[in-house]
Amino acid sequence: MNIHNIASHLNELGDKSDTGFYFDSVPIAGEVDVLQVTITGREEIPIFVSVTDDQILCVAYLWGEDEVKQSSRSEMLEAMVEMNIPMPLSSFSKIDEKYVIFGALSVTSSLHDVEHELAVLSDNSLEVINEMGDYLV
Amino acid sequence: MSIFSKIITALRGGASEAGEAIVDANATRIFAQEIRDAQNHLTKAKRDLTDIMAKQMQAQRELDRVANSVTEHEGYATAALTQGNEALALEVAEKIASLEVEHAEQKQAFESYESNAIRLKELVKNTERQLADHQRQLSMVKTTESVQKATAAITDNFSNSNSKLLNAKQSLERIKAKQQNFDDRLKASEQLADENSDQSLKNKLAQAGISDSQTNASSVLERLKAKQG
Repeated sequence: MNIHNIASHLNELGDKSDTGFYFDSVPIAGEVDVLQVTITGREEIPIFVSVTDDQILCVAYLWGEDEVKQSSRSEMLEAMVEMNIPMPLSSFSKIDEKYVIFGALSVTSSLHDVEHELAVLSDNSLEVINEMGDYLV
Repeated sequence: MSIFSKIITALRGGASEAGEAIVDANATRIFAQEIRDAQNHLTKAKRDLTDIMAKQMQAQRELDRVANSVTEHEGYATAALTQGNEALALEVAEKIASLEVEHAEQKQAFESYESNAIRLKELVKNTERQLADHQRQLSMVKTTESVQKATAAITDNFSNSNSKLLNAKQSLERIKAKQQNFDDRLKASEQLADENSDQSLKNKLAQAGISDSQTNASSVLERLKAKQG
């Protein structure tokens, strides 16, 4: 499994996706291969996919540290940690100064699993921003 | 220090800035080499174990053979004694004595193979556990590195394309607006479809002369006459 398999699968899907979403994916140049996946209508929150030796990582950026209301920051962090288990397939993390939501799959996962992961991750990211908006400026 | 705490320390310490690796590349290479060495040791230990287990099985067969031979010769000796042939019985007894020496030797060999096999099995199990643990740790380092590099690529891509990352609330609002627009259009087209089907039904009814709203000159005249009357 590499990002090129995933890209061609998503781009060939068209309207045949079980998830009801239209995916568009573009590889990003860099030291490691990263695939930028956008869902039609949700272009503002793309998902970045990278593949390592043993896992496929799908990451969506939620908000920056600068968007967090500092007065309720620890409350927000606690809410995120508590939501990690109930939230299907996705977990919270932080990369540098950005809070992210991510899902990790085994490299042996099927392309269908990856597609499902991306759809759930996208739904989760919108819901999280919606629900946690009070913690943001 | 464990890999886990190294990664945490590096991340907390802000070593995650572009260009600065979490765990230096050389250390990662050495670690990967250690894992390969451990894998080689494991392969060798497994091969040794197979040899020893084979030898243990051979020793077991030899032990059985000698033991059977002892039993067999004991029968011969008893038979010779029953016949009163003391000389023959003594000869058989000497054979039995030498078989018993052989048995003791084989037993010793068997026990040594057995204890070696147990020791090697333990070693293989420990090495496998250690190897799995090292691979997990290496995976953590590699994933951390990969995420850093991916982040750098994503950040570069955004700054190169001049597209500004929106803040979370703005992004959500835009997506919601698009969704609302889509929903509205969907609703509008549904309404339009409904109206069209209403209209076509009315048309069909009118053509068939079944319509309560249909007015014509004669019905108007009827109504006026009724008022006058």
